[in-house]
Parts: sequence; structure tokens; C-alpha cells
Amino acid sequence: MKPAPFTYHCPGTVEEALALLAEHGGEAKPLAGGQSLIPAMNFRLARPTALVDLNRIAELSYVRAERAGLTLGAMTRQRAVERSAAVARAAPLLAEAMPWIAHPQIRNRGTVGGSVAHADPSAELPAVLLALEARLRARSAAGERSIPAGEFFKGMLETALGPDELLVEIALPRPPQRSGTAFLEVARRYGDYAMVGVAVVVTLDQRGRCSAARIALLSVGDGPVLAQAAGEILAGQIPSEQLLRSAADAAATRDIDPPSDIHASAAYRRQLAAVLTRRALVRAFERAGQGAVPSG
Amino acid sequence: MTPRHQIGEPVRRNEDARLLTGRALFVDDVRLDGMLHVAFLRSQHAHARLVSVDAAAARTRAGVVAVYTAADLGDYWRPGPLLVPPPPIPGLVFNACTQVPLARDKLRHMGEAVAMVVAESRYVAEDALDDIIVETENLPPVVDLEAALAPGAARVHEHLPSNVAAHAVQRKGDYARAKTRAHAVIKRRFRYDRGASAAIENRAVVAQWDARAEELTVWDTTQAPIPIRNGLAQMLGLLESQVRVVAPFVGGGFGPKIMMFYPEEVLVPWAAMRLGRSVKWCEDRQENFFATTQERGQIHDAELAVAKDGKILGVRDVFLHDTGAYDPYGLTVPINSQCTLLGPYDIPSYESEFTAVFTNKTIVTPVRGAGRQHGVFVIERLLDFAARELGLDRAEIRRRNLLRPEQFPFNNEILFQDSAPLTYDSGNYEPALDAALKVIDYHRFVREEQPRFRAAGRHVGIGVVCYVEGTGIGPYEGARVTVEPSGRVRLATGVGTQGQGHFTVFAQIIAEVLGVDVTDVHVITGDTREFHWGTGTFASRGAVVAGSACHAAAARVRDKILELASRELEAAPADLVLENGRVHVRGVPDAGVALGALALKANPLRGAVRPGTEPGLEATAYFGPDRGSTASGVHAMLVEVDPETAQVEIKRYVVVHDCGRVINPMIVEGQIQGGVAHGIGNAFYEQLVYDDEGQLLNASFMDYLLPTATDVPNVETTHRETPSPLNPLGVKGVGEAGAIPTGALFAQAVEDALAGTGLEIREIPLSPNRLFELMHEARGAAT
Repeated sequence: MKPAPFTYHCPGTVEEALALLAEHGGEAKPLAGGQSLIPAMNFRLARPTALVDLNRIAELSYVRAERAGLTLGAMTRQRAVERSAAVARAAPLLAEAMPWIAHPQIRNRGTVGGSVAHADPSAELPAVLLALEARLRARSAAGERSIPAGEFFKGMLETALGPDELLVEIALPRPPQRSGTAFLEVARRYGDYAMVGVAVVVTLDQRGRCSAARIALLSVGDGPVLAQAAGEILAGQIPSEQLLRSAADAAATRDIDPPSDIHASAAYRRQLAAVLTRRALVRAFERAGQGAVPSG
Repeated sequence: MTPRHQIGEPVRRNEDARLLTGRALFVDDVRLDGMLHVAFLRSQHAHARLVSVDAAAARTRAGVVAVYTAADLGDYWRPGPLLVPPPPIPGLVFNACTQVPLARDKLRHMGEAVAMVVAESRYVAEDALDDIIVETENLPPVVDLEAALAPGAARVHEHLPSNVAAHAVQRKGDYARAKTRAHAVIKRRFRYDRGASAAIENRAVVAQWDARAEELTVWDTTQAPIPIRNGLAQMLGLLESQVRVVAPFVGGGFGPKIMMFYPEEVLVPWAAMRLGRSVKWCEDRQENFFATTQERGQIHDAELAVAKDGKILGVRDVFLHDTGAYDPYGLTVPINSQCTLLGPYDIPSYESEFTAVFTNKTIVTPVRGAGRQHGVFVIERLLDFAARELGLDRAEIRRRNLLRPEQFPFNNEILFQDSAPLTYDSGNYEPALDAALKVIDYHRFVREEQPRFRAAGRHVGIGVVCYVEGTGIGPYEGARVTVEPSGRVRLATGVGTQGQGHFTVFAQIIAEVLGVDVTDVHVITGDTREFHWGTGTFASRGAVVAGSACHAAAARVRDKILELASRELEAAPADLVLENGRVHVRGVPDAGVALGALALKANPLRGAVRPGTEPGLEATAYFGPDRGSTASGVHAMLVEVDPETAQVEIKRYVVVHDCGRVINPMIVEGQIQGGVAHGIGNAFYEQLVYDDEGQLLNASFMDYLLPTATDVPNVETTHRETPSPLNPLGVKGVGEAGAIPTGALFAQAVEDALAGTGLEIREIPLSPNRLFELMHEARGAAT
């Protein structure tokens, strides 16, 4: 389990990194925390000819709370986000999801940008960003663009990033008033990839009706999946146990087409999706300021 | 003050300071000048004809020193020895097909070694694997046990008429008659699958040939350094004394590290001699999943004939055992299953028949528990179903069948893995059951708490199971004990150590006999230059067999000390006391002599040693029991199941354990806690998943799920001590105990948590996914 030969570059600025990526024309891989890339290289499943190590680029590591929302530098360690008071205030869903990412040792090295750019369908962060309607800022030697999360994740380990593009920042909009969030997942062991996970953002209007609900599921497809049918069932309705149950059932039966693997069959994943979505919705609506969700 | 009794105390471990500060030598720590590194090309196929192996390109890669295929081995290529010949069971069929150093004509399992690359670094060696061109013709893989026996199935070994590796029947009493008298006959099919040993340290071999001294030194993670030395000498045409095998600290054995010989153990020393340079191979985790032996599945069709009062009249069991591609370890695993099924119960008639089956999978050899789990699962589940059928309490049906103290020694009338009759030396089972029920508060839980949980919508279940473990088998081990002039005591013994606490337990035994402090006993294990008689560390036998040898050697040294001291102190040996590293006359502690001073006197530089005596305070002794001693225990557990998600939480885990006299309760508790962790892994997390092509789908710790610290509860252990009459210490083994009954217990407790749903668990491992399926099936059957 030794990697195939590669050359190693260690730029100090984003410009230098972008120049190196452009120079290698798709043969180079940016190295962030290395928690997925290095094992893949050791198994020789990934054989990049060059690594562009981003770990010396100080300008990519920050958490900034601004009027418009929260911005995270792509190289910010997951552990720093987990422990950030600004994140807990401005994006409680993200704060709630962080401890579910693997183990503390991995979060100490792993970065938010690395996880998002890797786009593992069972990763927590892509689903959270999808639920929160995050925008992802990418740069290349040619310029810069901002990509909505809904357009960023393209499939199994695939994103909208070009081979010479680097994800540099994640921007989370300010949540509206009277909104509540929740994150839940079930994994085989603490720290494992989830068999199913769900990130929920709900907003209530002045009369206590659900004005918006974004439910993003992970580990149920080839990327994070937004449960649109479930969201439509909730929109404009007063939350009740029965309503939440039918929304959750819709998420599990209409919104996802989950895979089977050695840990969970498609049928089991649907069951988990229904249960977790229901439980997360209950929690999110309670947090949105309603108190307990009424039965019936 | 030295405590008067060293045995029985929770003495802190002598070896921990070295282990915890990184000063203990492991094989990968051996770094020698000019050392070369090895990578193996391994089969990607479960079953294929090997047409050709072309290593020409690999040999020309910069940094590659040599590449060997089967053809390059010449006469050195030969199948390995049959490590454990089967017991003399009447009518036994046994087809010995042992592993080969490098595949020659056929590939018989994924990961089987095909070629060996020796290079200046492991990186280059792995790069060169890509240069080797292997041509194969695929054959139908033999994966499923029942399909393997179907007429016309592809054969793993084509010179045999079928995939039958062995067939054995053992009988006791007349089961057919017992069945006619039964009130009920409980009949079920069970599947029990086991997994990888997953030691924290993988295997590793380093070899160095010293041409001037004509000596070969091999550092090996083996559990059996002495047999490896003797075997290597024979294979390489050397004197046994020209080969030194060192098994230094080894990060976990659990059975697979006693497989002999692994191809790597045969090839690395050979390459070192041939190339005249030191050679190292360290197994990586991925290789470990393919190339290190495992335990896997059995399918049992079993029935229990039971009287109305729950008394067992007889058991009949017919099972298939997956032995993998080769069977060098004989029948140890299925015979353990066959024997351990009888458990602590008085079973008057027993008919057990098994067929061991060759498959295109990694070789099966013992892994902690070594097939005992499978047998325990079958009898314990049968008892659970019988209790339900008869309307009896689960604990009560067990109690009614336990052997009584006056029945020991108890002869089960069948043969055990060591070819000796399966005779239990001693035991006292009912008080252990009572103790477990009391600790977990069984009756109150069943009567009061469980209904309360249920009323609140919670599914909490309880389980209680009994088991025995045959431990401490022969043939023998030895020990040499020496008092040095410093007053410190040196012990050399042949058994290697893989974390069991030998440096402390053996020291405690010697310290008690010689009246020295435990920390003053320096223990050397696993180096054939230091001690070269013995077999190895397996079958929960270290403390029993090597420990008894330590005791015998220390007793002889004590005699020498007393004889010399009686002359020095002018007192009769009977009046002398050994205490605090000194000998003194009873009642006169100041008039004494230090052991170190006596050691110096026993080895004079001038003058004469008296005729008939030996120099020094040293003795060597051996111990070989006639047969194994039988440990026993009761495990109980509380679990909570979330029926919506099929998640299971273990809320309590109670063990009452009897391994005879306890030498060090802390170490016994550690063994049990670790064993239970293995057992929980087996029950709920670990499974080697092979697809229909014989490909192992989860050969990494990402997908092969070991339980972690957060998944294993703190085990509440109670010790009971029923001494063994078979050794002077009265001890029994404990290394495997924790892992043996966990699967049966887990199944019972989970089933109890979901009582009323019609769920019946007849297989282990479970997973949440499998539990979900079983609950779904039970619901379907109910509607």
C-alpha cells in the first residue's frame, strides 16, 4: 500500500497553486487535508502524477461572519469549524453536522473545501451545503466564479469544478427569521460514513405555516439529494405529526433511489430515510419556534 | 515489603513501560544495513488456471534486485507441512491439501501469492508488481458451501473426487432412541460466520544470513518461533542451531499467526540466503485480509430432543464447515465446534457429523475461539427455542441441564482437537449461573423492568448463556530460571508473547516461589537462542502449560537455594524462609543472605564445586498435561433495539468466569474485555463478505467493521475459581473465553427485545441491515 510515483509541489499562494494546476493540465490533484486522497493513492486507486499541496496557503483558512452570512476559506480545518462560535451562531445546522464527520483526528486534518470538492455522496458537508443553499467560489488562472450548491455536485465524486479550478470559499447565506434546522444520520459505528443522513432547514411564516422546507439527504444517491416532493408537501401547511410523516415517506419513496451495498440495502436505506427525515423535521420545526409539533 | 502472595494479585504489568513508551521491539522496528524489501504479486482471481507468469520487465526495473516465481524456486518449491494431523476418529475421511509457497499451476483463492519482488524499497517493489504479466484461464469459483458439494461442481483440488476436505462422525449414547422418548424435538438450521483476527500488527518477517558465522536470524511475528526454527532448518538444509528465530513483541496473535508455514515465512529467509542481503517483508492491511488465515462460516442442521421438564435427552447436529482453499490446520476448528456444542450440560446422547469443504477462499485456521463460537451458538439457541416451546424460563432450562460438581471429571466420550478424550477436569457451573443472574438482576428485569420499558414504547431485552472452553492442551512447554548475582531472576521460555501479559504472569509465579519482587523477574520469551524447546502460544495454554513449567523450574531453583543457604546459614532447609530476595532463618530476619550473594557463591571462580551439584542457581523444567483443562463461564447482557432503524445498543454486559485459580485478576479481566470486544465484533460488526466470484468485497477497515471503544461496553466481570487438578497451579486458560458465547448471547438478547414480533434469530453475524430484513420477514410471516 504505497502510492505510485508522483511529483510534489507546495505553493504558498493561491496564484501559485492555480499556475501549477494549469501547468499540469488535469494530471495534478490539489491536496487539502488528504483524508480521502492519500488513502486512495496508497491503494493506487488514484494515481495523480503531481500533487499541489494547499496546506501552506494561509489565505485559504478563515471563518468570517458578515452581514450577508458566513464565509469559510476552503482550507479551514473541519475541527476549527466545529469549534467556531461564529459558525454555531450563524449556521447551527453546519455546527450540528460537524461532529458526525468521521473522528476528531480526521477533522483535525480534514478541510471543509476538501470534503466538498471530493463530493463523496455519503459525506455530510455536501448535503448540509445543499440544504443551506450555499454558494461555492471557485478560482482558476483564467478567473473566478460563484456556483450554487444545487449546481456544484454533479454525481459520484464529481463536481462542477474544472481541472484547473480550485474551490477557494464556501458562502452560507443568513438564515431567515423563524427558521429551524436539524441534522441526523445513522452509521454502522460512530464516525463511519452514514448509511443515511439528512439535513433539514424549515422556515415558518407569521401564522405558523411552513413557508419553506429544504431537506437534503446523503448516502442515498450519487450525490446529495434534495427531497423536492417532501418539500412540496410541507410548503404552506401547518406542521403536524401526520404531515411530517407523509413528507418523510415521500422523501423516502419519491425523492430518492438509493443504492444497495454491503452495509445497507436500498430497502433499508428507504426505511432509514423515512425515519430520519421524520425525526429531523420534528426537531427542526420545534427549533423554528413552534414548540412541540402537534399530533393529528 | 514484598506481598507474601504474588499469585492472585492484580500486579501491574512489567512490560507496559516498554510498550507504552515505544521501546518494545516489533519486527518492523528491525532495520539492518543494506536491507531489501519485498512485495508480493497476489492472485486477483478466486479460481483460475495459471498459464504463465512473465517477470522479465519487472526484473529490469531500476531498484529491483530479484523477482521469483514458482519456477524460480526449483526444489525449494513444495507444499507446506500438515500442521495438525486429525484425531483418530473411526471412519474419518481427511484429505490433506496444504498451501504452496507460490502458485504454480492454479490460483485457488484471491490473494494467493504468485510472484515475489525483492527491491531496494517497498515503493519500488510495489511499482514492479505492475510490470509482471500473468496469464490465466478463469475457472468457476467454488464459493457457496452447499453448491461446492453439488455433483459436477468445480473442484478446488482436481486430484480429489470432490470438494470434501474431511468428513467425521462422533457419537455418544443412542440419539435415535432418545428422540423417540422426547416430549419435543426442536429442529432448526443455523448459520454462524466468523471473521478476520484483525490483530493491530499485521504479519512481518525479516531475515539476515550471516555468511561468516553461517547463521540465519529470522524475526517473525509468529506465535510459534521454535517450530518455525526447526522447520526452516529442515527446509534450508541447516542445523537447527544455525537458525535463530525471534518473535519479539507481537501486536496480537489470536491464532492466525501460528499458521505454519505461511509462504512469506518460507520465502523471505530463502531470499536472504540466496541474495546475501537482509530482506524484510511487512504485510499491509489489505494483504492481511487475503493472505492471513481467517475463520468463516458453518451451516448447522441441528435438533434437540428434550423432555417435558426441559431435560436434554440428546442432540443431533450435521454441519458444513468452510475450510478455504487448503487445510494445513487439519480439523481443529470443526472439532472445536463439535466438542464445544456440548457445553456445560449433561447431554446423554449426541450425534455429530461434519463435512469440511474446500472453497476458493482464504485458508481457515483458528481465530480466538477457534470454532467454539459456532457450537455454543447452536446449543444455546436450541435451548432458547426449547424453553419457548415448553414455556420455561431461559435461565431455568439451562440450570436443569448443568453438570453437577460431583460429576467431575466428566467424560463426554468423544475426542477433542488434541486427540485426547473430551473430559472436563473440574467445574462448578450452577453458582456461576446464579451469580450472573444476580449481577444483572435477571428476575427483576424480566418481571418488572421489561414490562415497564415496553409500556413506554422501548424495546429492551436480556440474554443469558453458558459455555465451556477447552484450554491448556499439550504437548508441553519449558522454562529456565536463573538467579543472577545481582539478585534479579531471569526466566527464559519458548512461548512467544502477543500481548497476553506473560512478562508479568510468569514473573508472579516465579516471584511467589522464590520470594522476590515481581519487578525483579526478567522474562525472555520467543527467542530460540534463549530457549529452544516448546511449541507455541495457542489454545489458551500459555499460563497453564508454560506457567506450570515456570513453576516447576522455580521450585527446583528454590531447592538449590535452600540447599546452599542451609550450609551458609547452618540451618535446616525446613527452617529457612525466602522473602524479599533473601533467605533467612525463620524468626531471625536479620541473619540471612541475599539471593544474589548465593548465586555468586554457586558459581565460584576458584575452589571446587561439590560433586553431584551444578554451578549456579539455575534450573530448567518442562510441563506437559495429559489433556486440556476446561474453563467455563456465563455471560449476560442487556440491549435496547430501535425497531424503526434496527440499531442496537448494548446497555450492560456481565461476565461470570471460572478459569480456575486466577494468577492476575487484572490480566484476566483484560483478556475477557478484549475477548468480548472480539465477540461483539463477530456478533454485530464484522463479516468477510465474498461475492459469487469469490472476491472479498470489504478488504479494508473502512468496510470491515471492527468494534471500536465506543461500541464495546465496559464488561462487569466476576471471578469464580474452581481449580484444575491437572496442573500444580490449578489454573485454566482464559485467552479465548470472552469471545466464545457473545454471538449466542447477542441473538438471544435482541430477540428478547423484540419479543412478540415472531422474530427468530438463527444466524450470526447480524447487522442492522440484516436485522431489518429479519424483522421484515417476521412481519410478513405474521400477517
